Amino acid sequence: MQKVVNAPECPECAAQVSLESDARVSEIVECLDCRSELEIASVAPPSLTVAPEVEEDWGE
Amino acid sequence: MTTDARLAVLASRVRFEEKQIMAALDRRGVSFVHLDPRSLVVTDEAHFNEKVVLNREIGHYRALYAASALESAGAAVLNTAAATHVSGDKWLTTSALMAKGLPTPRTALAMTPEAAFDALDQIGYPAVVKPLVGSWGRLVTAIPDRATAVGILEHVAALPSPQQHIIYVQELVEKADRDIRVLVVGGEALGATYRRGDEWRTNVARGALSIRCELTNVHAKLAVAAAEAVGAEIAGVDLLEDDDGRLTVLEVNDRVEFRGFQEAHEIDVADVIASYAMARAEA
Repeated sequence: MQKVVNAPECPECAAQVSLESDARVSEIVECLDCRSELEIASVAPPSLTVAPEVEEDWGE
Repeated sequence: MTTDARLAVLASRVRFEEKQIMAALDRRGVSFVHLDPRSLVVTDEAHFNEKVVLNREIGHYRALYAASALESAGAAVLNTAAATHVSGDKWLTTSALMAKGLPTPRTALAMTPEAAFDALDQIGYPAVVKPLVGSWGRLVTAIPDRATAVGILEHVAALPSPQQHIIYVQELVEKADRDIRVLVVGGEALGATYRRGDEWRTNVARGALSIRCELTNVHAKLAVAAAEAVGAEIAGVDLLEDDDGRLTVLEVNDRVEFRGFQEAHEIDVADVIASYAMARAEA
C-alpha cells in the first residue's frame, strides 16, 4: 500500500477520497463513502471527476 | 505532443496495465508523455515525426482512429493502426489467420441475419454467434439449436448498426473450461496461462482466473505466427485446445490486458513492453 498523500473531494458526495502517492491522471478510484467510480483529473492539485461509463467497444 | 519526449503512452483510462507500464518507464528513466485520446486532435499540420506511441487506449474505435491519425502525422504506433484494425475485428482476424494457413475454429460469415440460418446449418449446432467488434466476451452467444437461433437472430436484426447485421458464426469448440493465453512481444512468446472460468466464455473480465501454463514450443510457435498474421508486435493470443488436443487460434488482442498473466507468472510484462517501446523510440 502506498502512502496516502492527498484527499480531494468526491464530486458526487463531497467525501474526501484518499489518493496514493503513485496516483496518475486518468486512473480510476472509488469513493469509499458513496461507492462512485471516479477518475483522477489532476494530481497536482488533486481533483476528481465522475468516471465515464463503460462503452461498448472497451476492452480486449 | 509539445515535449521533446520521443515516447508517448496513449490511454484515456489508466488501469493496472498502463500504470505498471508508466512506472516501468519511470524506473528506467525514460522520458515519456501520457497522451489522452479524449483531448487529441490531429490536423494536417500536426507533426509526430520520430515519435513512438504505445497504444493502450481502452476503446477500440478511439484506439484505431487515434493510431491512424498519429501515423498520418508521422508517428510510429505500437501496435500499428493496421494491426488494431485487423485484430479488433473478428472476421478480419479469422481471414488473416486463414490466409497464413493457421488453425482457427470453423467460421462462416453471413451478410444478413436471414442468411445466418444457412451459415449455422453449415457450421452445425451448437455454434457461437459473435459481434464483429466486441470485447470482454460481450454478446458472444452460444446457439444450441435452430429454435434458439430464431430468437437470437430476430434480436440481432433489430440492432441499429448495419455492421451488427453481418453475422459471424463459429463452431463451438468442445474443450475444457479454459483457454490458453500466450503473450507475445516483438516476435517472442513470454509465457502462457490457462484462463479458467465458471462459464464457457473464459474472459478474465467475466471472472475467469489466470493460471500458469507451461509454454510449449507448439504454443509459442502458433502464438507468434498468429500475432504476425495480424501484424501485431505486442499481442495476447488466445488458443483453444479441443478434447483431442488440437490447438486453434481463437483471437489476437492488440492492446492486451495482462494483469492475470503477470500475477500468475511473476514476469514483469509491463517492463518487457516498456523496454520494447523504449528500444523502438531509441532506434
